[in-house]
Amino acid sequence: MEILLKTINLKKYFKVHKGLLHAVDGVDIEIQKGKTLGVVGESGCGKSTLGRVILRLLEATSGEIYFEGRNIMKENPRGLKKDMQIIFQDPYSSLDPRLSVFELISEPLVVNRVFDHKGEMENRIIELMETVGLAERFINAYPHEMDGGRRQRVGIARALALNPKFIVCDEPVSALDVSIQAQVLNLLMDLQDQMGFTYMFITHNLSVVKHISDEIVVMYLGQCVEHASSRELFKNPLHPYTQALLAAIPKAKLGIKHDQKIIYGEVTNPVNPKQGCRFAARCEYCQQDCLAGSISLKEVEPDHFVSCVLYK
Amino acid sequence: MLEKLLEIKDLSVVYHTDEAHVYAVNAINLEIGARETIGLVGETGAGKTTTALAILRLLPEKTGHITQGEILFKGEDLLKKSKREMRGIRGAHISMIFQDPMTSLNPTITVGDQIYESLLIHNYEGKPRDELYKRVDELLELVGIPARRRKDYPHQFSGGMKQRVVISIALACQPQLLIADEPTTALDVTIQAQVLAMMYDLKEKLQTSMIMITHDLGVVAQTCDKVAIMYAGEIIEFGLAEDIFESDQHHPYTTGLFGSIPDLDIEADRLNPIEGLMPDPTALPCGCKFHPRCKLCMEICKTTLPPQWHEGDHMISCHLYSREK
Repeated sequence: MEILLKTINLKKYFKVHKGLLHAVDGVDIEIQKGKTLGVVGESGCGKSTLGRVILRLLEATSGEIYFEGRNIMKENPRGLKKDMQIIFQDPYSSLDPRLSVFELISEPLVVNRVFDHKGEMENRIIELMETVGLAERFINAYPHEMDGGRRQRVGIARALALNPKFIVCDEPVSALDVSIQAQVLNLLMDLQDQMGFTYMFITHNLSVVKHISDEIVVMYLGQCVEHASSRELFKNPLHPYTQALLAAIPKAKLGIKHDQKIIYGEVTNPVNPKQGCRFAARCEYCQQDCLAGSISLKEVEPDHFVSCVLYK
Repeated sequence: MLEKLLEIKDLSVVYHTDEAHVYAVNAINLEIGARETIGLVGETGAGKTTTALAILRLLPEKTGHITQGEILFKGEDLLKKSKREMRGIRGAHISMIFQDPMTSLNPTITVGDQIYESLLIHNYEGKPRDELYKRVDELLELVGIPARRRKDYPHQFSGGMKQRVVISIALACQPQLLIADEPTTALDVTIQAQVLAMMYDLKEKLQTSMIMITHDLGVVAQTCDKVAIMYAGEIIEFGLAEDIFESDQHHPYTTGLFGSIPDLDIEADRLNPIEGLMPDPTALPCGCKFHPRCKLCMEICKTTLPPQWHEGDHMISCHLYSREK
């Protein structure tokens, strides 16, 4: 399989008043062409920052990013926009309220001077609206005239406008109602089948990520704690944090009330983190080894990576 | 059968705006017994929150109007109470937990004083200040916050902790009915699990009835005894949790809701969402409100309001079921 995107020891630190905030701290990921990598974690784990650093919307502190085999850290980020795009979380704040649907979708085409004639561009915009399932009658509508699901479709059309190869989906459905959420997820999957996009799907919702991803990375406080195929991760979660996350999802079934394991405590501060496993403070299996040294990802089963001292 | 604590009869709420009338709640009936938890499930605009605000008489005064119906709380109609009487009921007998803990606390007052405020307002026995503050400490400990944090401000707490503070304010006067409006939607899953478990324990301990408003069927399955599914201002299905989660007979909308959630245990390639969108509440369709999106729509659905089908406690308002009889 061809690897489309690869990061090596990618780090992003933010300087804050109290020290260095380790938002992304040494992440290695690989995404194969035409596949979906799900990135899961709770708020503050650095998943959105990771997406933005990969797109070079934020400059990495250190580390390397390879896209189609070439190191893009040194390239002009403007040139990358044609190949890499992002769908944002909140369809209410990511669209300019003063632009109509036509103007919103045409913006990337105009900025990159894709078409010489306005007529060609119009055809392309109508084609894009059709692709994402927006009726043509909305072409002159403004964002406030549409509901969340349709707005998110406009966001998707904008991302697709330049025919990118790689799309970062940053929580694209979490602001939508369940029935609309399912429609948008199906749309994203259909588009992948038709046009062979590669997705990095960032979400906090494990059931969504399981549905859409081929492989999953679980992040905790800037680090990747587990990495496996979607099926393997849900069948056989190894890291105590992954297990806790899975146990915490309220399931729409009866008879499993309150026998679930609940982890206590909250995500600790990512500013100047201590040595050792960052989950140690909340982990019920915490031992002496967890607090010393750095713990790296190990392949404990074929294609199943975990960073935890329990597995050797 | 437990005694009825709250009875909503034929309640309708309309919002009058300059351009149109928004029919938010349309003739709903709901009963809540003592110590019961009822889940009110539906999507944005289904009328869940409006129902809750109507119970507390907190609808926006100029635009929100209750056009018909009764809300009986322990046998007395809340809609006939004066403003002053309602103020005595809110917080003391019925209280509410709002969705977003980030915005429902006052950022300039310490959390201890915000809990104290609710105790002070309903301090009919004239208890001294010290005693009330002692109760504040008790309440903080009850929701799992060390009492020494009483003098901290909301920004010093995390989202989960803030929601715990909001819960302790709601429980301060030991209300008989607690309305929780999406109490965990803004929280992370692991924190959500903690808060839900805590709410469940507290409810058992304090013997409070609860209305849990949510769009998450998972949360409902974990906490509720009975479930009401709302669509376009109507309760289209009602039943015991077993009826909703284990029976095969459902309103097509309920089936669609379940089809929209990715199931962790089943390998499915595509989800089966409900096509289309929520109807515009200013111009609701005739007949069954769900018919434009329904895969099983028949001619009769377009013209006639569906009758209610009952089996035990299970109620479905759909033409499919009335035919079978």
